[in-house]
Amino acid sequence: MSIETMVGGQISPWMTGGGRESDIVLSSRVRLARNLDGIPFPNRADTIVLQGVIQELGEAVPELSAATGKPYILVKMGKLTPLERYVLVEKHIISPSLAQHAESRALIVEEDAAVSIMINEEDHLRIQCMAPGLALTEAFQSADKIDDVMEARHNFGFNEQMGYLTACPTNLGTGLRASVMLHLPALGITRQLNRIVNAATQLGLAVRGLYGEGSEAAGNVFQISNQLTLGHTEQEIIDNLYSVVTQVVEHERSARCMLMRESENALSDKVWRSYGILRYARSISGQEALAMLSEVRLGIDLGIIDTKQASLFNELLIMTRPNYLQKVSGSNLLAADARDRLRADVIRSKLAGRDEEYVK
Amino acid sequence: MLCDNCQKNQACVHITKIINNQKLEKHLCSECAKQSGEMNLAGLAFDNSFSVQDFLKGMFSQVVEEAEPADDMACPNCGMTYSEFSRGGKIGCTACYTTFGARLEPLVRRIHGASAHIGKVPHRSGGLLEVKLKIKRLKQELTRQVSCEEYEMAAKTRDEIRDLEKGLVEETAKELKE
Repeated sequence: MSIETMVGGQISPWMTGGGRESDIVLSSRVRLARNLDGIPFPNRADTIVLQGVIQELGEAVPELSAATGKPYILVKMGKLTPLERYVLVEKHIISPSLAQHAESRALIVEEDAAVSIMINEEDHLRIQCMAPGLALTEAFQSADKIDDVMEARHNFGFNEQMGYLTACPTNLGTGLRASVMLHLPALGITRQLNRIVNAATQLGLAVRGLYGEGSEAAGNVFQISNQLTLGHTEQEIIDNLYSVVTQVVEHERSARCMLMRESENALSDKVWRSYGILRYARSISGQEALAMLSEVRLGIDLGIIDTKQASLFNELLIMTRPNYLQKVSGSNLLAADARDRLRADVIRSKLAGRDEEYVK
Repeated sequence: MLCDNCQKNQACVHITKIINNQKLEKHLCSECAKQSGEMNLAGLAFDNSFSVQDFLKGMFSQVVEEAEPADDMACPNCGMTYSEFSRGGKIGCTACYTTFGARLEPLVRRIHGASAHIGKVPHRSGGLLEVKLKIKRLKQELTRQVSCEEYEMAAKTRDEIRDLEKGLVEETAKELKE
């Protein structure tokens, strides 16, 4: 798989698998921050040093492929157009910061995009592993393995007291950030989200919207991640997050049951109206699309809409993002209203031909 | 271009707003801009980009004040000074943690509520820590085995600890000689 198909494809291959609790947990992600010993961090290094880091780390590509049995490729960010880079952000393959400062930044990515290693982001290395559903342990094991392969070649900055050394002191210690993406429509409808957010914060976890820091929780999609990285083992961090997430999942389930019990007709009406808008609208904004998609997905999960295509929601989540649409349109500058029309077209054609399947 | 508002002065403030995907452009002179309060709005927008680094800047500079002020040493590896941390909120290189270790420690404790790493240790740069942690784990195991009266297992564990400790002493002596 080339970087072109990775950008152009509708959905990253790793996302298609269901995984545990996949009716609520969309995906799990683990990232490790690592730095080369003695070399200035990216915020302090000049172009020559940064290029040297890319060169050195890039040499690990064959070993990564050999150790994991899956092909990896090295992509220099400067070689991609800004649009291509932002599509990668929408697919959660790279961070917004890597897309923004593309010069002397690079990406080593596995064929199915489940593993991506950002080079010269805030730290020299950001190893990121993703898995569908609730699979933090699997994602961590995979990141740990990549870390071992890289560590066999390079001296990573480490000290006994502070653990792995990072550009920002908030990542010191394990350098581990684990996060889970959750779809919580019923908690949204029953207005219980604030309580959950407060409780999670008290346990040292952060709750954010779909695209991380500063993004709003569009489409009832939330990310929960650990805040602290020092003073706990990797396993403890993962276990803590896991136990909170399973409880949030339970709350969402019971809220869904409650909705079905107390107001099935109203809920069913809401779901089908949203489906109607997605199915027939001629122009739809990104915000509206996410809100409608969230309700349709809830309808699918509750059996109101009868289909096996639950992954449709995940696909459309990516396909309706502005940069992806821009890429599909082929034109360089799509005006907002043209983009809204294109978004409606994309959704309609995705849902078309499935009517028989949906409407009994 | 004249000011959109008073149509008298030259417009020198150009504002583009995007609200609900609707683009609005305004061209104002400095007087009208001040009165319209649009500039305050711009200020607010900047506040939105407030990041963790901004907090850290504050925390770094606080530590500076607590420590002896005038001496601003630089990291021998990357040349970063402590006052640069307090401006940027980010560390310069791995050696900075050694250079400024004593000053960074209270800060790290304030962020994480802890200042000792107990997680994974790299094989190459972890030095003897990996062995030390292993001994610690084995000692816990030994206590457990004794309390469960698994004496055969405990004897094995005890021997393993002894071997590791012997190796550790030799390695430390070697390091000291160097």
